Amino acid sequence: MFCQELVIIAEIPKEEYIEKCTSACAGCSSSLTLRYVLKAAGHDSVLVVPACCTSVIQGAYPNTAMNVPVYNVAFASAAACASGMSEAFLEMGKKTHVIVYAGDGGTLDIGIQSMSGAFERGTDFLYICYDNEAYGNTGMQRSGATPLGAKTTTTPTGKTVEKKDIDAIVAAHHLEYMATACSAYPQDIYKKVTKALTFRGPTFIHILAPCPPGWRYPTEKTIEMGKLAVKSGMWVLYEREHGKLTISAPSKAAMKKPLPLEDYLAPQGRFKGIDAKSLEILKQHLAANLKKLTAEEAQP
Amino acid sequence: MFEIRIHSRGGQGGVTAARLLAMAALHDGKYATACPFYGAERRGAPVVSFVRIDDHPIKVYSQIRDPDLVVVLDASVMETVDVLHGLKKGGRVLINSAHRPEFAGYTTFNVDLTGIALKEKLVVAGSPILNTPVLGALAKMGIVSVDSAKTAIREMFTDERNVKAAEATYVEMSA
Amino acid sequence: MKKIATGNKAVAEAVKQAWPRVVAAYPITPQTEIVETIADYVTSGQMKSRYIPVESEHSAMAACIGASITGVRTFTATSAHGLLYMHEMTNWAAGARLPIVMVNVNRSLGPGWNIWAEHTDAMQERDTGWLQVYVSTVQEAYDTTLMAFRIAEHNDVLLPVMVNLDGFSLSHIMQPLDTVEPGDFIPPIHLPHAIDTKNPTGYGGLTMPDQHFLFRWDIERSMRDAGRVIAATEKDFARRFGRSYGPTENYRCEDADVILIAMGTFGKEAEVAIDILRKEGIKAGSMRLRWFRPFPKLDLAGKEVVVIDRDYSFGYGGIVAGEIKAKNHCEVYSVIAGLGGQEVTYDDMAEFVRTRRMGGEFWFGVTGNV
Repeated sequence: MFCQELVIIAEIPKEEYIEKCTSACAGCSSSLTLRYVLKAAGHDSVLVVPACCTSVIQGAYPNTAMNVPVYNVAFASAAACASGMSEAFLEMGKKTHVIVYAGDGGTLDIGIQSMSGAFERGTDFLYICYDNEAYGNTGMQRSGATPLGAKTTTTPTGKTVEKKDIDAIVAAHHLEYMATACSAYPQDIYKKVTKALTFRGPTFIHILAPCPPGWRYPTEKTIEMGKLAVKSGMWVLYEREHGKLTISAPSKAAMKKPLPLEDYLAPQGRFKGIDAKSLEILKQHLAANLKKLTAEEAQP
Repeated sequence: MFEIRIHSRGGQGGVTAARLLAMAALHDGKYATACPFYGAERRGAPVVSFVRIDDHPIKVYSQIRDPDLVVVLDASVMETVDVLHGLKKGGRVLINSAHRPEFAGYTTFNVDLTGIALKEKLVVAGSPILNTPVLGALAKMGIVSVDSAKTAIREMFTDERNVKAAEATYVEMSA
Repeated sequence: MKKIATGNKAVAEAVKQAWPRVVAAYPITPQTEIVETIADYVTSGQMKSRYIPVESEHSAMAACIGASITGVRTFTATSAHGLLYMHEMTNWAAGARLPIVMVNVNRSLGPGWNIWAEHTDAMQERDTGWLQVYVSTVQEAYDTTLMAFRIAEHNDVLLPVMVNLDGFSLSHIMQPLDTVEPGDFIPPIHLPHAIDTKNPTGYGGLTMPDQHFLFRWDIERSMRDAGRVIAATEKDFARRFGRSYGPTENYRCEDADVILIAMGTFGKEAEVAIDILRKEGIKAGSMRLRWFRPFPKLDLAGKEVVVIDRDYSFGYGGIVAGEIKAKNHCEVYSVIAGLGGQEVTYDDMAEFVRTRRMGGEFWFGVTGNV
């Protein structure tokens, strides 16, 4: 395992497609994620970005921190815009990668229709949802991705309903390739993006991206938070290729003996004072999810 | 300007008849427009289409209020629709029927389009096609020339039975 | 070649000849025939383009935006609720300076459901930065659609163009159509800001208060230039194909004391009303407003003007009447007629002129209105 990771690190190109001048918050894991996404994608790529933190992170006109073309577009329209772009590139015989880089709001909520449409049409593109489990750009309001019990500015006493299972929704579109990832595992991100871009047609990667101001933890703990999400089993890394599920190594290791969920929740201000009932439901669902994924992976 | 109102039922080809008539008029060197009135009607409901023919470009889009000619492709619509509504004094009526009804103040023409369509085996999905035979009747009445009527039909349909049916109508109808 | 075609078919024919490489569209009555016909052209290989059957109009415009920024020619068509659903993206298309051509078949807005002609749908797009033109015949729909691509893509314009056809009364009417061989009338598209991965650029990102207004001014500057480009394009079209149009179509206006102004099919039928009025000794003329954005300079000084609005701005008045009043020194009688397909004949139009009350507003068919 250790050796394999070294090999991947050696593989990761030194080229940077995000300059060190972004307007990201300190400890932002979504910009870290994007750094590895772009290293995997390479220079012949276009990012399509709906309203989200990345709209701001890239910098203000006339400057940009990005070394690939970035097409910013209205909130609900990223996948549709990417559809048009992808078809036009195909029409011109270009092999340029079209990559949507959207937040959880732009994916699970306002953008779900255009994403579903683009998937159904078989659009040749990669859709990446970086998920910080709330509307970060507007100052942390709840989204469809906010977990049960988490406090946001619009759920001041904690969210009373559960996180939307966008991966199950995406899976229902029968993509040739979909995966989950987490900002704390850049090699895993690199590997999955590289693989996704080998497919013709739609692919999807859902990346958990902890957010220091939103989740209310110290900025230096941004990697640790991602690791805890995976090690507790709250976030599971996997790939689903032609419908066949493979749980990724970090999660496989974690699932043998998951850390207590409290280890993940306790450092986060958003879960402070979570009621016992919500905590119990989270635990039950975590266990059920691990069981479900393990069973799915065991299927021939 | 010569104005024609065609009464039929949704699905009977009234719109196509209007189109064919306009095309034929165009081949006669005239200007023509054809327009169905789109209501909320469904298949089988009474519908109307309009055709205008003139020597000058036609600028009118509103519905025909006082037609010179009324064409009734399905006589049963007369049970619920006043097909003579607005018809000009001395105007003409063409009815798809084996019998000729009398309308005081109007000149009536009749021909059994349905019978001709059946005889020519011009039947689609169980329904006789009326929109091409009726062109033969309109040619007989002098609305368009026979040659233009045939040209219009051939532009739209490859099946020669359509032309034969129009010819048969032309011969059968007494003008 | 002379043939008979509906307004919708004429548009589809022009689009095939202009050959946009990407068409993204969603069906809606009474526009559906346009996208069905184009989809058929693409499927049968008559038009070697990509047709994206999007899941909504919002996505139709978004897909056109995504395609257009790569530098290819793009087209879409819509109507009424579809147009309003893409409203966010129509603003984006203009702001992003993308020469997308769209045909909008004018239809009223619900509730209640009404599929017939009205101009309120396009009027709600008035301030988006799209050029807008309203046509009145099948031939004009065809000619104008061809011209729209050249005008939109002209590098002094680089703004989207919306061609408007009255629902049913023009979209579905069958009239003679004379098609042309466009040849090099529409030059190849060259989008100066097309995406180039070898020269990466940011598009539409954060723009601060000290910059944003400059982009808006730039749209207005191009909108002002557009008038000249439209005139040059129409002149070249006339030279090549023998049919000329202009920002307005004037009929017997020269010596007229009263001018009847309308858009679309009403604007054409108004000419019949003028002939009737002239026979009665009323010195009337008609002016069919063709280009609505950029709004043309009209010669109305000292005239009495009767405006038929097939639209309305609640709490304000007829939209075209309002625009004419704002830009001209003339007295206006505002008539609201034809909403939701309301039948308005040339006799009605003549009566609007005969009974005009300058400075007043009249809702046709509403009883007891003042």
